[in-house]
Amino acid sequence: MAPRNRGAADPAERELLSAGDVARTVARMAHQVIERTTLGSADAPPVVLLGIHTRGAPLALRLASRIAEFSGVEVATGVLDITLYRDDLRHRPTRPLGTTELPPAGVDDQLVILVDDVLFSGRTIRAALDALRDAGRPRAVQLAVLVDRGHRELPIRADYVGKNVPTSLSEEVHVKLAETDGRDAVLLGRTEDPA
Amino acid sequence: MRHLLATEGLDADTATAVLDTAEELKRTLLGREVRKLPTLRGRTVITMFYEASTRTRVSFEIAGKWMSADVVNVSSTGSSVGKGESLRDTALTLAAAGADCVIVRHPASGAAHRLAGWLAEVGTSVVNAGDGMHEHPTQALLDAATLRERLGSLAGRRIAIVGDVLHSRVARSNVHLLTTLGADVVLVAPPTLLPAQVRRWPVTVSHTFDAELPSVDAVMMLRVQAERMHGGFFPSTREYSIAYGLSEARLAALPEHAVVLHPGPMLRGMEIASSVADSPRAAITQQVANGVHVRMAVLYHLLAHEEEVA
Repeated sequence: MAPRNRGAADPAERELLSAGDVARTVARMAHQVIERTTLGSADAPPVVLLGIHTRGAPLALRLASRIAEFSGVEVATGVLDITLYRDDLRHRPTRPLGTTELPPAGVDDQLVILVDDVLFSGRTIRAALDALRDAGRPRAVQLAVLVDRGHRELPIRADYVGKNVPTSLSEEVHVKLAETDGRDAVLLGRTEDPA
Repeated sequence: MRHLLATEGLDADTATAVLDTAEELKRTLLGREVRKLPTLRGRTVITMFYEASTRTRVSFEIAGKWMSADVVNVSSTGSSVGKGESLRDTALTLAAAGADCVIVRHPASGAAHRLAGWLAEVGTSVVNAGDGMHEHPTQALLDAATLRERLGSLAGRRIAIVGDVLHSRVARSNVHLLTTLGADVVLVAPPTLLPAQVRRWPVTVSHTFDAELPSVDAVMMLRVQAERMHGGFFPSTREYSIAYGLSEARLAALPEHAVVLHPGPMLRGMEIASSVADSPRAAITQQVANGVHVRMAVLYHLLAHEEEVA
């Protein structure tokens, strides 16, 4: 998977969010989730945070722990791998599958919040919605992303956005998380082979 | 991966990738109401069976359907094969009709390989679902998947393959795959039921089943293939059963954790005692269940990627 080389350190990359910014952003998003879902109130629906493999998964766990810290409510978490639902499988080499782990109670009649690192074309979210449809019938689905970089190709928008980053198509947004990359940061770099 | 024709020559990375995919597919579908994935929508898979089969054909068909491919089954009876059409013409016809993948079982060793050659220019993938006495790679993959589930890993494990090795494509495929994945394989059979080339295989050979029992992590029992036997390979079925059958006493002599596999169809009372086949130590139905996930994984690795330049 050469074109989105998110692990490499590139001197041309500009830091958009530092480790501290990432932590503050996640905390703010946690507050927004608590407010929007009226979490903790009597008639609030049960919430499931479903991280999209790969970096959505640790983000969902971080959001959940912040939410527990601020509201005292433990929300369920899970991981959704959308590889089998992608619309570009026939344009790339074989992709290895990631893990899908739904919470034991499933997603039926719950408020599912999909969590991902970057919202770009919207195709990943489209695939996630398809995957979710096969996994059960949530009461509602919302979307939380750390970075919205624009350039949507589908009518999809996020309910919770950590940071809006206007980008050009020749740029790449690289989210780094301690769990997957050893440190927290959001970087803006140039794409190596513009499509 | 373009074709899956044999496990001989299949590298450990590719085999492990297929097994990992199968494991994830199994986990994904576990307990789900809708056991269908959209991954292979618009792809056409044709099964072409020139030999009797229950589990392999059904499991390929289910695998294709669960991945949303369109699956068409062709058998030698009821098709133009019965009118004398050659394998090559039938295959080219199916490819021209739009097959992205042809799954073939044939009594002649090497049939799948020939087919892959004929279909090279049209870009159709070929899966060998058993060719004569040569190979049956998806059976070996599902056996490996089952052993991984039961034993954790195959590296350093000792697996006995017992019985009619000579006529068994399952044995050949397993010898190559299991050793590639790091297992030690011991073949247990009478000298008459071992092929001449066994000397060149990376295995040890034993003629005494009882001596091997305490040291193995799994025993894979093979069916005695009477339909391929023309002549006396052993004195009597009773004598075979006494020397090479998996009885209750032999099951008791296996280590506590050891697993019993059989590719099916089983001849109860011949190579395996009925009570052994039904015991919790036997993974025979688990093998069949894994067969579907492994074949889904094989179809995924063959069909869900960009066109390869041949």
